[in-house]
Amino acid sequence: MEALDLARWQFGVTTVYHFLFVPLTIGLGVFVAGLQTAWHRTGKEHYLRLTKFFGKLFLINFAMGVVTGIVQEFQFGMNWSEYSVFVGDVFGAPLALEALLAFFMESTFLGLWIFGWDKLPKRVHLATIWAAVIGSNLSAYFILAANAWMKHPVGYEVVDGRARMTDLWAVLTNSTALAQVPHVIAASFIVAGGFVLAVSGHRLLRGDTTFRSPLRGALVMTAIAGAVVAGSGDMSAKLMYEQQPMKLAAAEGLTHDTKGAPFHVLPGIEIPKLLSFLSTNDFEATVQGSEDIQRRLEEKFGPGDYRPNQEVVFWSYRVMLGFGLSTVGLSVLGLWLTRRRRQVPPWYAKALVLALPLPLLAVIGGWLLSEIGRQPWTVAGELLTAASVSPGVSLAEVATSLTLFTLLYGVLALAEVVLLVRSVRKGPELPSAPAAEPVREPSLMY
Amino acid sequence: MIDLWLVIIAFLWTGYFVLEGFDFGVGMLSPFLGRNEGQRKQVLQTIGPVWDGNEVWLITAVGAMFAAFPAWYAGFLSSFYLPLTLVLAGLIVRGVALEWRGKLEHSSDRAWADVGIAAGSALPAFLWGAVFADVLLDSGVAALVGGAFSLAVCLLHGAVFLALRTEGVVRRRARAAAMGTLVAVIPLGIVALSSIPREGSGAVWIAAGTAMALLAAGGSLIWRRREGWAFAATAGAIALASAALFGTLAGAPMPGLTLEQAASGPYTLNVLTWIGLAILPFVLGYQGWTYWVFRKRISAPGGATQVQRAQTGIGQ
Repeated sequence: MEALDLARWQFGVTTVYHFLFVPLTIGLGVFVAGLQTAWHRTGKEHYLRLTKFFGKLFLINFAMGVVTGIVQEFQFGMNWSEYSVFVGDVFGAPLALEALLAFFMESTFLGLWIFGWDKLPKRVHLATIWAAVIGSNLSAYFILAANAWMKHPVGYEVVDGRARMTDLWAVLTNSTALAQVPHVIAASFIVAGGFVLAVSGHRLLRGDTTFRSPLRGALVMTAIAGAVVAGSGDMSAKLMYEQQPMKLAAAEGLTHDTKGAPFHVLPGIEIPKLLSFLSTNDFEATVQGSEDIQRRLEEKFGPGDYRPNQEVVFWSYRVMLGFGLSTVGLSVLGLWLTRRRRQVPPWYAKALVLALPLPLLAVIGGWLLSEIGRQPWTVAGELLTAASVSPGVSLAEVATSLTLFTLLYGVLALAEVVLLVRSVRKGPELPSAPAAEPVREPSLMY
Repeated sequence: MIDLWLVIIAFLWTGYFVLEGFDFGVGMLSPFLGRNEGQRKQVLQTIGPVWDGNEVWLITAVGAMFAAFPAWYAGFLSSFYLPLTLVLAGLIVRGVALEWRGKLEHSSDRAWADVGIAAGSALPAFLWGAVFADVLLDSGVAALVGGAFSLAVCLLHGAVFLALRTEGVVRRRARAAAMGTLVAVIPLGIVALSSIPREGSGAVWIAAGTAMALLAAGGSLIWRRREGWAFAATAGAIALASAALFGTLAGAPMPGLTLEQAASGPYTLNVLTWIGLAILPFVLGYQGWTYWVFRKRISAPGGATQVQRAQTGIGQ
């Protein structure tokens, strides 16, 4: 066991954990902003109650996204100092821009939204939530541009053993990023959609009919996001064929260069020639296999193992596809079931509650595919993961921080789940009747 | 261009120290100055709308270091591995405790949140001072003194901020607390002055000396109930101390590393300068506006100014 191994575990654990909260923040924020807009437009009281109800769930989750995000930014320097020195010139730029352009906006306007209900004019107050969610979505763009550069580095040259940026525009419009951004953001809307559906399903089962409209809204959101995910996923697959053939080969368990390659649904179940078609729109195209790529990479970079963990990559791809598609399928089914003001069948509401983990598992699968599939490189073709780690940081130090973060994250995950469940059970506040009420305990935010 | 980026990084860290300095102070003081649930809410509401935005100054400062001085960023973070792990743990606990506190219904859960807020504020308040003192002097004693000094200054700054932003009994207690902290701030500050290297430039000495004078002035102003001026004094003191720190680091931000060696290429620095200068006024503008929107003093629940506030709110 080396510090490198634990540093990789730490990155995996903290990143996957962080990304359970982020997609919910991105998607649910827009959903809450949509509810508040509906209240603003129609003046209907139940939209206000729903805004506050889902707003509370959003804020419980938002806190976790923020605090676990700080770890991410520090982690590059703490555990991966060689990587940071090599890439900082290029990779640091989108990170700095993310903080300046997105995080300030997100945090400041969210503060205004939470505390500004009675201090700001209604219209301005509505604008603050939109500014906050635009900030969240913008942050996704910058971090994904940075991430895409690791897989497909562009707009740079290597001078004295360090990457130097030559073209920021190229970094920000990296083809890999442009495919990945809609994919991840749409996936975030599916996660949030799945969450709203599960919550609404639960409330409907308890006889709270207020939740029919958010259920319908989330069904529409999830179905549309599903189409975007599929389209951008197709773009990503075609880019992967060109830019990251090893990842594609690992994801498909394809060992040798194959003309008219089949697509494996599961081991043993294959659809002839589909992989070639998905990769290139040509059924007869040749897809490279991992053993042949390995041989070519050894010729280029010298001896070494250039294959990622193929089992993990293969299965995470299927987890992503399977659970992601089933969430979208469930929402399309729901649109059909509830068409033209039909009731939500109780069995379907139950299914929605049970389906809550599916989109979360799908995004975990997506990240494992994306990042483990990139191994053994941190920057494809430029820097190996083994050469990226901090040389001065000991095994004991990484073990300490890994243990601390894992324990802390475990406790906080439990607390968040308890908080969310309690809030959902309690349901929205009943319509308030301020005139009838005497001076009551003021509802401060804290 | 490299000098300009040192100034930008120093500006961002300074903004962070000044702004989150009072957040930390308020967080640490909240269990002591707020002796019942209403007062505690009153205390925490002073930072409620702004603390998260204040923390983004840290994210931006560290992100800017990564982009502009990758070797400084990497060297700094990897050589203070365990202290920074604890800073992160503190910020995590504090952040969720602040956000979740108002959504907890049992008083025992809120007591946990209060511990989280206080401890999660104290940990980074101490460690930032310790870490930077250690960068300057590379000594354990200096780190302890630096940490204790920054902790005490955060308490003073937070108490002054509370005195400025509240009314009633909490305001009185905050004023007393502010004067009380001076007992620690002044001697620790005098010892901390010795962490400026002997060969340090005159400007650094003047900045550090003025910072000390302003801390003392802050105490006397709070005694004379000039809370706004007292806050200006403690904020100015922190800003000058931070300027002295980064002025000292200008030669070698880390031992054996010069800014030139640490810096990114001219293209990156150039393009980031233009974008940064274009965006920063907006950021300062809307952050400033937030403070304007929430400029009214906060009273304990039940007070007259709270009546209109009673009707709405998500977090109760």
